Amino acid sequence: MRLTRRDALAALSGAGITLGGGVAALSRESVDASEAGPSLDDTLATLTAAAEVVYPSDVEGIEAFVEAYSLGRIEGRDEYLAGVHDATVALDETALSWEDARFAALAADRRDTVLRQLGVPTADEDPDGTRAERVRYYVVNELLYALYASPTGGELVGIENPQGHPGGVASYQRGPR
Amino acid sequence: MTDVCVVGAGPAGALVADRLAAAGRDVTILEAGPRFDETPDTERMERSIRPGHAPTEVWEMGGPRDAYSASGPDFYPLNVARVKGVGGTTNHWQGMVYRLHEADLSGENNPPSWPLSYDDLRPYYLEAERAFGVAGASDDPYAPPREEPHPLPAFPPSYSDSLFAEACESVGVTTHAAPNARNSEPYDDRAACVGYGTCKPVCASGAKYSADHTVRQAEAKGVDLVTQAPVQRLETDAAGERVTRAVYVRDGAQRTIEAEQFVLAAGGVEIPRLLLLSASDAHPDGLANSSGLVGRYFHDHLFAGMGGTLDEPTRQNHVGFITTESHQFYDDPGAGTGEIPARDGDLAPFKLEFLNYAGPSPVAMALREDAWGDELRDRLADAYGTHVAMGGLVGQPPLARNRITLDESRTDDHGNPVPDVVWEIDEKTRRTIERANEIQRAILEALGVDIEWTAGPEDTGPAYHHMGTTRMSRAPEAGVVRPDCRTHDVGNLWVASSSVFPNGGALNPTLTIGALALLCADSVDASL
Ligand SMILES: Cc1cc2nc3c(=O)[nH]c(=O)nc-3n(C[C@H](O)[C@H](O)[C@H](O)COP(=O)(O)OP(=O)(O)OC[C@H]3O[C@@H](n4cnc5c(N)ncnc54)[C@H](O)[C@@H]3O)c2cc1C
Ligand code: SF4
Repeated sequence: MRLTRRDALAALSGAGITLGGGVAALSRESVDASEAGPSLDDTLATLTAAAEVVYPSDVEGIEAFVEAYSLGRIEGRDEYLAGVHDATVALDETALSWEDARFAALAADRRDTVLRQLGVPTADEDPDGTRAERVRYYVVNELLYALYASPTGGELVGIENPQGHPGGVASYQRGPR
Repeated sequence: MTDVCVVGAGPAGALVADRLAAAGRDVTILEAGPRFDETPDTERMERSIRPGHAPTEVWEMGGPRDAYSASGPDFYPLNVARVKGVGGTTNHWQGMVYRLHEADLSGENNPPSWPLSYDDLRPYYLEAERAFGVAGASDDPYAPPREEPHPLPAFPPSYSDSLFAEACESVGVTTHAAPNARNSEPYDDRAACVGYGTCKPVCASGAKYSADHTVRQAEAKGVDLVTQAPVQRLETDAAGERVTRAVYVRDGAQRTIEAEQFVLAAGGVEIPRLLLLSASDAHPDGLANSSGLVGRYFHDHLFAGMGGTLDEPTRQNHVGFITTESHQFYDDPGAGTGEIPARDGDLAPFKLEFLNYAGPSPVAMALREDAWGDELRDRLADAYGTHVAMGGLVGQPPLARNRITLDESRTDDHGNPVPDVVWEIDEKTRRTIERANEIQRAILEALGVDIEWTAGPEDTGPAYHHMGTTRMSRAPEAGVVRPDCRTHDVGNLWVASSSVFPNGGALNPTLTIGALALLCADSVDASL
C-alpha cells in the first residue's frame, strides 16, 4: 500500500486542517517554525524515522506522507510544535546516550529497540507526562492516528471510512466487497 | 429590566429564548459555562478518539465547579452525564429523538399519568422536530400518529441492519427506521452528515443538532447571552409570590438581574438544586417547594445490551449513529411472538436498538495497544470486522426515594452545597432489563452470533436522562409545576426541562424537552 501526499491531506482534513493551496502549498518553507529548538529538517527526519518503525512494513511512501501531515499539523500551532520538538529531542538524546547516534541515523531495528527501552509500547500517551508518555503522545500515536484515521490506513485493517475521517454516508450501507 | 430571564443555554433554554424573541420579547440567558467555539470541533473529535484525553475533557467537565455527591445505593456518574456551556448537553448527545407514546402520557406504561395528552403536545412535537432537523421515516407502526412526515428523510439502513432484519423476522420482531436529530441532507444552514463516526461526544461537521445552533438563531433575534454566569439563587419579594431577581457570578463578582418572568432551563439536576439553594423565609424548604417534591422522583432510562461476533464482515464504526430500532415491545413488554415466549408480571416499557458501532474502532484501538508495525496491523485486522451488538433502553419508574438533595458537607467553587444524586435501580427495572436481554438473545442467536457480552440487570448503567425532579401536576400538592410549566407556588417562575416529566417512558427525552420548552414559551408570552 502506497501512501501519498494526497493521503496526508485527507488525514489532515479529518483533523480539521485544510490547506488553501492544496498539496503544492505544503513545503518546509511555508511552515513558519519558531527559531528556538531543533531545525524543522531534523524534526521531520526523526518523525519519518519513527514512522518507518511504527507503520506496517507493507506501507510505502512514508517520507512524503509524514512530511506533509506533520507540516500541516505544525502550521500555526506553536504549543503543538513545542511538544513535538520536546519529544523528538528526547528521542535523540536517548539514542545518543545508548547508541551513540541520533535517532534518525540508526538502523530501523535499533530505532525499534530505543523506543522499546524507553518504555513507549506500554506508556499511556500524555502530552504532559513522562518522557515515554510524551513520545507516545507526540510521536508514536501522532503517527498512528495519521495512518489509521486515513482511508488508506483504514483499508489496511478493513475499514475504508475510519472514525475521524469524513468519508461520507455511503460506506456504512455497503456490504463487504 | 428584561422581560424574561432564562437560566441555562441547553436545548430547553435555547428554544424558550428563541421563541420569546420571535414574539418580540426582551430575553436574557444566563449560562454557567462557556461558548465552546474557541477550540475547533475537529480538535475535540481528536480528543475523543485519543486516550490521552479523559472523556470529560472533550467538553471541559469536572473540577470544583461541577463537584457532586452520589450517596447511592447505586452510583450515578453525573459529570459524564451532562455538559455545561452554550448548547448544554446536546454538544455531547447522541441525537436520538422520539415522541413519547400515548400510553406513557396516560400512565399505563409507568405511573403516574401526565396532566397533558398527546394531542396537547402534538403540534409542539412537530415544531421541535423542525427546530432539531429530525431525519426519520413514518414506518414505525408502534409510534403515536403523525400529521406530517419528518422534516428530513431517514438515513438508510446500514449493512448490519440488513443482517439483523432477517434474524428479527425469523423470531417475529418488527424493525423500523430510527429517527435522528442529524442532517441526512443540508438543513437550516447546517451541513449534511459526512460520516466522521464520532457523533457522541462530538460531531465536527455540525450535522448533528446541537442547541448552540438555536442559541445563535436566538441571538440574531436580539437575545442577550451572558456566559460563564452561574446563577447562585433566585430571590423573591417578601411574600414569596414573585421572583424579583437572579443572583449570579461573573468575572469573580456577584451580580443580579431583574426580570418580569424567570424560566429555569438548567437541566434535571441543577434546577432542583437551584430551587433548594433559593430557600427563604417565605419558602423555607426551597423555592416553589410547598409540595416537598422538589428533587424527588429522579429517574433515568437504563441500558440493556448484548453483543458478540459473527463469522462474516459486519461493517461497523463507519458512522456513530443508529439507523434501525424495534419498539414492538414498548407498550406491551411481556408480549410474546411465535418464537419468543410471553412473560407475565409487572414490566416497564423498553425499546430495542441495533448498533452500527459494535466492537473496536481500529484507530482508537491502535492508540491503546502495546505494539506497532506489522504486529499492530495484524491485531487491528483481527479485532475489527465481525462484531455486532444490540442496545436498548428501559424506562425506570419514578420513585420518591430517588432524589436530588443538597450535600451540605461539600461545596462547589462558589461555596454552595453540591448536589447529591440519591439513586437506586429498582426491581421492576431490573426485571425489565432481563426481559429485554431475553429478546436480544433470541435475535442474536437467530443471527448466529457468538455472544460475548451482556449488559444485564447487574451491569446496566444510566442513559443520562435526568427526569422527574420538578414533576408536573394538576394539583399543587402533587407536583411542582402546572401543566403550562409554571410553578404552582410562584407566579412568575417557569421550568423547561425533563425535570417536569411525571414519568419519562423509555424514549430519549430531548424531543419532549423541546416540545415542552415551546409550550412553556407560549405560556410565558401569554403572561406578559
Ligand atoms: C452521552 C449523552 C448522550 C445523550 N444522548 C441523547 C439522545 O440520543 N437523545 C436524547 O433525547 N437525549 C440524549 N441525551 C440527553 C440530552 O443531552 C439532554 O436531555 C438535554 O441536553 C437536556 O437539555 P436541557 O436544556 O434541559 O439541559 P442541558 O442540555 O443539560 O443544558 C443545561 C444548561 O444549563 C446550564 N446551567 C446549569 N446550572 C446553571 C446555573 N446555575 N446557572 C446558569 N446556567 C446553568 C448548564 O451549564 C447547561 O449548559 C444524552 C445525554 C448524554 C450525556
Ligand atoms: S457520523 Fe456523526 S459525527 Fe460524523 S458527520 Fe455524521 S453526525 Fe457528525
